[in-house]
Amino acid sequence: MSSIAIPGIKARTGATDRSDSLRPLALAAPLLLLLAFSFGAPIVLLLSRAVYEPTIANTLPQTIAALRADSGAGVPGEPVFRAFAADLKAAQAGGTIYEFAKTLNTRLPGARSQVLRLARLAGQDPAATKEAIIKAAPLLGEDQGWAAIRSGTNRFTSFFLLSAFDLRWTDQGTIGAVPSAQAVFTRVFGRTFLIATLVTLATLALAFPLAYVMTNVRPVIAGIVLVLVLLPFWTSILVRTAAWTVILQKYGLLNDLLLWLGVTSDRIELMYSRTGLIIAMTHIQLPFTLLPIYSVMRAVQPSQLRAAQSLGGRPFTVFRRVYLPQVMPGVLAGCLLTFILCLGYYITPVLIGGASDQLISNFIANYVNVELNWEMAAALSFVLLASTLGLYVTMTRYLGLDLFKMG
Amino acid sequence: MVSTGQSSSLREAMAEGAPSTTGQPEAAAAAGKPVAGHEKGKPADAKFVEFIDVEKLYGNFHAVRRLNLSIGRGEFLTFLGPSGSGKTTTLNMLAGFERPSQGVITLDGKSVDRLPPYERNIGMVFQNYALFPHMSVADNVAFPLSVRKVPKAEIGPRVIRALEMVKLERFKDRRPTQLSGGQQQRVALARALVFQPTLVLMDEPLGALDKKLREHMQIELKQIHEMLGVTVVYVTHDQSEALTMSDRVAIFESGDIAQIGTPDALYNEPATAFVAGFIGENNALDGIVERVDGNQCLVALPTGLTTTAMAVGGIRPGAAVQLAIRPERIGGSDEPADNRFKATVDGRIYHGDHQRLLARLPSGQVLTVKVSPDAAMAAGETIDLGWRTVDCRAFAAGAAPNANTANTGSVS
Repeated sequence: MSSIAIPGIKARTGATDRSDSLRPLALAAPLLLLLAFSFGAPIVLLLSRAVYEPTIANTLPQTIAALRADSGAGVPGEPVFRAFAADLKAAQAGGTIYEFAKTLNTRLPGARSQVLRLARLAGQDPAATKEAIIKAAPLLGEDQGWAAIRSGTNRFTSFFLLSAFDLRWTDQGTIGAVPSAQAVFTRVFGRTFLIATLVTLATLALAFPLAYVMTNVRPVIAGIVLVLVLLPFWTSILVRTAAWTVILQKYGLLNDLLLWLGVTSDRIELMYSRTGLIIAMTHIQLPFTLLPIYSVMRAVQPSQLRAAQSLGGRPFTVFRRVYLPQVMPGVLAGCLLTFILCLGYYITPVLIGGASDQLISNFIANYVNVELNWEMAAALSFVLLASTLGLYVTMTRYLGLDLFKMG
Repeated sequence: MVSTGQSSSLREAMAEGAPSTTGQPEAAAAAGKPVAGHEKGKPADAKFVEFIDVEKLYGNFHAVRRLNLSIGRGEFLTFLGPSGSGKTTTLNMLAGFERPSQGVITLDGKSVDRLPPYERNIGMVFQNYALFPHMSVADNVAFPLSVRKVPKAEIGPRVIRALEMVKLERFKDRRPTQLSGGQQQRVALARALVFQPTLVLMDEPLGALDKKLREHMQIELKQIHEMLGVTVVYVTHDQSEALTMSDRVAIFESGDIAQIGTPDALYNEPATAFVAGFIGENNALDGIVERVDGNQCLVALPTGLTTTAMAVGGIRPGAAVQLAIRPERIGGSDEPADNRFKATVDGRIYHGDHQRLLARLPSGQVLTVKVSPDAAMAAGETIDLGWRTVDCRAFAAGAAPNANTANTGSVS
C-alpha cells in the first residue's frame, strides 16, 4: 500500500504514515463499496442458500417438538402425525403451505401434491389419524419420507451440495450415490469441463501460430490482423452467436460451401450439435487466448533467439528452451482465461448446442428461472465457482503463473 | 595504461563486493606474458576470416558494397562507423543471420555460405546482452555447452571457470534481471566464450553502459582477448573505444570500408576527409590546390593565405580540397613549422590537463588549437601559430562528411 504513496508528498505535507496508507484506500473506497454491495453481498447471499434452508424448520415447529419426544427412527408414532397435521393446518392458514410443499418436493420428489392434499384434509378434519394421514400422503408411511422431513428440520443442510455431485444421505446415515435415474450433475459438470477443454485447445491451436506470425510481420500488418481478430470482440455475444446460427444451419453458408467444394456429399447437422457449439465458442474465445500470448511473444527480444542460435542452438532447441519458457506464462494465462469463461457459457449452448450439449450454466439458469429452486442453483454455482478458483490457485501455485503480473 | 586499468578493475571488483583476491592472478598473467595461441603474423592465419566481394542489398538499398576484408587469427578488429554504414550488416553476415546477396565469406578457409548460425561455432555478444531471463546466470552460461551435448559432469566446472574469468562466480544462482548492466554484459561475455569459439563477434556490447563502466569494461575485454587469444570482431560507433581496444580498425562509410589499419595509422594518416573527421578531433579547412609537387601540394586558403600540405589521393591543381589538421599538431611561434600564420584568439576552453583555443585566421576560418594549460592568452589577443607540411593533409573535397558532426562526436 505504501508503495502507491508518493514519497515527496509526505515530506511536504508532513502527513503521518497512517493517513498515508489510508489515502489510497480512501480513493478506492467508492469502487470497493460498489463491489461489496453489487457483487460481494449478492454472491454471499446466494451461495449461502446452498447450505441454509429454513423453510421446513419454520413451517413445522410442533412436528419438531414431537419428533424430539419420539425416540425411534423410521416412521414415527401417532403424536408426530398429529403435530404434523396441525403444522400443515397452520401453514395453510398462514399462506406458507405452497412454499413448504415446493421445498419438501425438492428433497422428496412427489411430495408436493400429497402435502397439499394433506393440508386440505387437516383443515377439514383436525382429528385425523395416522392411518388417514398416510392414506392421504402415502410418502409419510415410508422411511425415506420421514428421513427427508427429519433432515429438513435442520436449517443448515448439506443436501443441495451433495446433490450437485449426485450424492445424498442414505437412510442409513451414510453418503451414497443417488439413483442413476436422478443422477445428472456429474455428467453435466463432466460435459462442461470437456467442452471447455476442447474449446481451449482449439483456441490455442489457432492463437499460438497466429500470435507468432503477428510478432514477426511488419507492424502495419500485425495491426490489421489484430483488428480482424478483435472486430468480433466488439460485437455483442448474442449477435455473434446469432451469426453462427446463420452460418451453421442445415441450409446455411458452411453447408453450402462444403457441398460446393465437394467435401461432403450431404448436408451435415452443425446446428444443435456439439461440433457447431465448439466451432462457435472457439471463435468467440479466440481473442481471449490470443491477446495474452501475443503480448508475451512481443516481449521476447529477437536478439535472444539470435543469441541462442549463435550459441549453437538448433531452431527446435531454441524454440523449446528459450522461446517456449518465455511465452508459457502468456499461453497459460490465455488458456486459463478461455477455460474459465467457457465454464460459464450460457447463451451459445442455448442457441447452438443441442439438448444434450447444455452446460452447467444452463442448469443453474433453469433452477433460478423455471424451477425456482434457488438452493440447487446456489449449490451448482458454488461448485462452479470453487472449481474455477481451485483451477486458478493450482495454476498460480504450481505453474508459477500470476495473472496479476500479466501486462 | 595497463596498470591504470588494473587498479580501476580491482576497485570496481571491490565496489561490487567481489573478494579482492579473485581474478588477480589471471589479470597478472594477462598483463604479464602473451598467452600461447595468440600468435599473430603466421601467413596461413592472416586470412582466418575472409570477405570476398561481399554485397548486401535490401531491395534497392545497398547496405554493403563489394566488401573485401581479411581478418587474422587472434586479431582484435573493430568495425567503426556511423549508424547505417553497414557495419552491423557485415557482422550479421559473418554470424549467419543475414545472407550475402553476392560474394563469399570464408571462415578458416571454408566457405560458410551454407552454414546456419548454429553450426558456425561463433560466439556473439549483443548490445542488449540478450541473456535468457528465465534461466539463472549459470544456466545461461551452460546453454552453449548443453546444446553441444557436453557431459553434465564437465559443464559445471567449465561454467564456473567462465564465470571466474568475468569475476561473477558468486552470482551464478541469480537471475540476469537481478544484475547490473555491466554484470549482465559480463555474463553474456562468459556465455559467448565458454564453448571456446575461435571467433567472437561483439555488436556494440558496451553501448548500453555508462561512460565509466564502459571504459572499465574496455580494459577487461582487452585483457580477456589477450588471455584467450581468441579472434574478436567488434562493432562500435564510438571512436575512442575503437582506438583503445583494437589491433586494427575498419572505418565503414555508407556500405564501404573507407580505410582499414592500425589505430595510429588511421589517426595519423587518414586516407579520406571522412576518416580524418571521424577518428579523433580535426580541423577542417576548405581551399583550392595551386600546385602539386610529388606527394606535397600548395593550397590557397581564402584571402590570399597559402599552406603546404600532404597530397592524399590524386588531386590536381585547381581542385577544391579539404585540409585536415589535428589540434595538437598546431604549434606556437617557438615550435618548428613549415607554415606560419597570425591569428586572433576568439575563445579559450580550459580542460585541466590542456586548454583549447579558438583561433581565427585572417581568412575567417576558425581553428581549434591544443595548448599547454599554463599558456596565458586572453580573448582578442593576436598569436602566432603554424604547422608542418606532414601534419596537414589535403583531401579531394566533395567526399567530405559533415565534419562538424564528427568533430562534436570526437570531443567527448
